[in-house]
Amino acid sequence: MNTIKKYAGVLWIVAGPIGIYFLVQTALSEIAKKPHIDTKIQWIVFIAIFTPTAIGLMIFGWYALKNEYERLPETSKEIED
Amino acid sequence: MNNGSRSIWKVIAASSVGTMIEWYDFYIFGMLSTTISSQFFPKENPTAALLSTLAIFAAGFIVRPFGALVFGRLGDLIGRKYTFLLTLILMGGSTFLIGLVPGYKSIGIAAPLLVLLLRLVQGLALGGEYGGAATYVAEHAPSNKRGYYTSWIQTTATLGLFVALGVIMLVKLNMPDASFNAEWGGWRYPFWISILLVAVSIYIRLKMKESPLFAKLKEEGKTSVNPLKESFSHKGNFKMVLLALFGAVMGQGVIWYTGQFYAQSFLETKCNIEFEQSRTIMLWAILFATPFFVLFGWLSDKIGRKWIMMAGMLLGVILYRPIFSTFLKETNIREWINAPLSDSKPNLINVIKTDSLFKGDTVIVHRKKTLEYSEIKFIEERYDTITKTGGWTIYPPLSALHDDESSVLKPDTKPAYLNLHLPTSLYWKFVGLVFIMIFLVTMVYGPIAAFLVEMFPTKIRYTSMSLPYHIGNGVFGGLTPYIALLLTTIYTKDKLVGLYYPIIIAGLCFIIGTLYLNNKIDKDVTD
Repeated sequence: MNTIKKYAGVLWIVAGPIGIYFLVQTALSEIAKKPHIDTKIQWIVFIAIFTPTAIGLMIFGWYALKNEYERLPETSKEIED
Repeated sequence: MNNGSRSIWKVIAASSVGTMIEWYDFYIFGMLSTTISSQFFPKENPTAALLSTLAIFAAGFIVRPFGALVFGRLGDLIGRKYTFLLTLILMGGSTFLIGLVPGYKSIGIAAPLLVLLLRLVQGLALGGEYGGAATYVAEHAPSNKRGYYTSWIQTTATLGLFVALGVIMLVKLNMPDASFNAEWGGWRYPFWISILLVAVSIYIRLKMKESPLFAKLKEEGKTSVNPLKESFSHKGNFKMVLLALFGAVMGQGVIWYTGQFYAQSFLETKCNIEFEQSRTIMLWAILFATPFFVLFGWLSDKIGRKWIMMAGMLLGVILYRPIFSTFLKETNIREWINAPLSDSKPNLINVIKTDSLFKGDTVIVHRKKTLEYSEIKFIEERYDTITKTGGWTIYPPLSALHDDESSVLKPDTKPAYLNLHLPTSLYWKFVGLVFIMIFLVTMVYGPIAAFLVEMFPTKIRYTSMSLPYHIGNGVFGGLTPYIALLLTTIYTKDKLVGLYYPIIIAGLCFIIGTLYLNNKIDKDVTD
C-alpha cells in the first residue's frame, strides 16, 4: 500500500500542470469566442483560484513521493514538529 | 437529561442556529438572483452588469477562503465564541442592509456598488462561521459522540436552504408577480426577516461560554501567537491541510453542490419543470434526507469517518449520470412529439395567447398554448411563419389563413416547451431521485466536521480546518453549477456533459482519500 501511495504521488504532481494547461487553454479559446468583460472576469477568477489549488496538488504529490503520508500523525505534537 | 447533556444541546443549538441563519442569508441572494439582477444590476448598463459578475464570483468563491483565514486566525487568537459572534453579526447585518438598498432606478450606480460591498462582507463572514461552529461543538463533545453532535451543525446548511426556499415561496405565493418584483416589493421581505433571526441567535450565543479547550489553552498561555504561520508554514500541519482538502473536502463540496444546487438548476433549465414543482421536489427530498446527516454522524462514531465519506463520493460518481439522464428522459417532450413513429399528438388544454406580426408578405404568428402529453401538462410557445402567395383572408382567426391555399405555412421547427407540470407518480419519482442525491450529501457531509476537528491541534484548529473546508466547499463545490453550465455551452451535444466536473473531482478525491486517509477516530482532541 505504501508503495502505491508513494508512486501515486507522481500522478498528483503531473495532474497539477495538466490541470493548469487545460484551464488556460479553455480560458483563451472561450475569451476569443466571446471577448466580453464578463467572460474575461469569469475566466480570470477561475485561473486565479484553481492555479494555486493545482500547485497545492503538486505539493501534495511531492509529499506523497517523499513518503510523508506513509504514516499519519497520531498526536498534535507530531504535527507541530 | 443531566446537566452535561443539557449543556451540550445548548452549545449545539447556539452554534447551529447561527450557522443556519448564515446559510439562509447566503441562499436567499442566490434564489432571488433574477429579481436582484433586475433591481440592482440592469444589463443595459455595462458597469452594473460587470459589478453583477463580480458580486457572484468574488463574493461567493474568492472571498470565502479569505474569510476562513481572517476569522480562523481571530478564532485561534481571541477565542471561538467572540469570533463566530462577529461573523454572525456581519452576515446578518449585511443581509438586512441589502434589503434596504434602493434600486438602480433610484440611486443609479451606487446601488450595485453597495450590494457588491455587502456581498463581499457576507462572503467573508461565511468563510469564518463554519469552522467556529464545528470547533466550538467538537470541543464540548465527548469523544465517543463527536460525530453525532457535530453532525447537527451539518443539518443547518440544509435547513438554511429549506427555510430560505420556504420563506421565498410563502411570500411569492401570497402576492402577484408584479408586487413581488417591484422596487420595494416582496423580494425584500426575506432579507428583512433575517434581522429577527439574527437577533435571536446573537442573544443565544452571548449567553454561551468559551470553548473549554480553548479557555484552558488561554489560561495556560499556550495559544498560538501566529496561527497562519503555524498552520501553513509548518510542514507537519500543512501536509494535513492538503490531505484534508484533496482527500475529503474537495469531493464533499462537489457532491453537496451537485445534489442541492445543480440538480435544482437542471430541473428548471434543462427539464423545464415549472417553478413551484421544481422547488417542492427539492424541499421534499431535503426534508426526507436531512435526518441522515445525524445518522451518518452517529455511525461515524461507531465505524469511523473515512469509509462513510468515501462511499458517498463513489456512489455519486456511479449514480449521477443515470439519475440525470432519467430526469431528461422523463421530460423530453420535444423528442416524443418529434419521434418519427409517434402517432399521438398532444392534447390541447387551452390557448393562452395568440398574436401576429405582419412584415410585408409574411405574418409571424406567436402562439402560446397549454398542452398535455403523456400526462405532463406544459406550455408550448411557437412562432410560425406564413408567407403570402395569393390574397390574405382576414386575420385572426388563424384558421382562415390555413384554409387559404395561396399562403405557405412554415411551422416553427424549435418551439419552446416550458413550465412542465409533472403527474403525481412522476413527481414523486423525481423526489426519490433527488433524495438519493441528498442522501449522498448526508454521507459525505455528516461526519466531516468531526473528521476535520480531529485532524488539527487545538491552538490552530480554527484556522487549519477553515481554509480547506472553504476551498473545498466554496471553490470546488460552489463553482459546480457554473462550471457544469459552462461545459454545456462549450460541448453542446451532450446535455449531461456538465456532470463530468463533479464526477472527476469526486472520483479524484475518492482515490486520494482511499489511499491516504486512515479510518481511525482521534479520541483526544485536547492536544
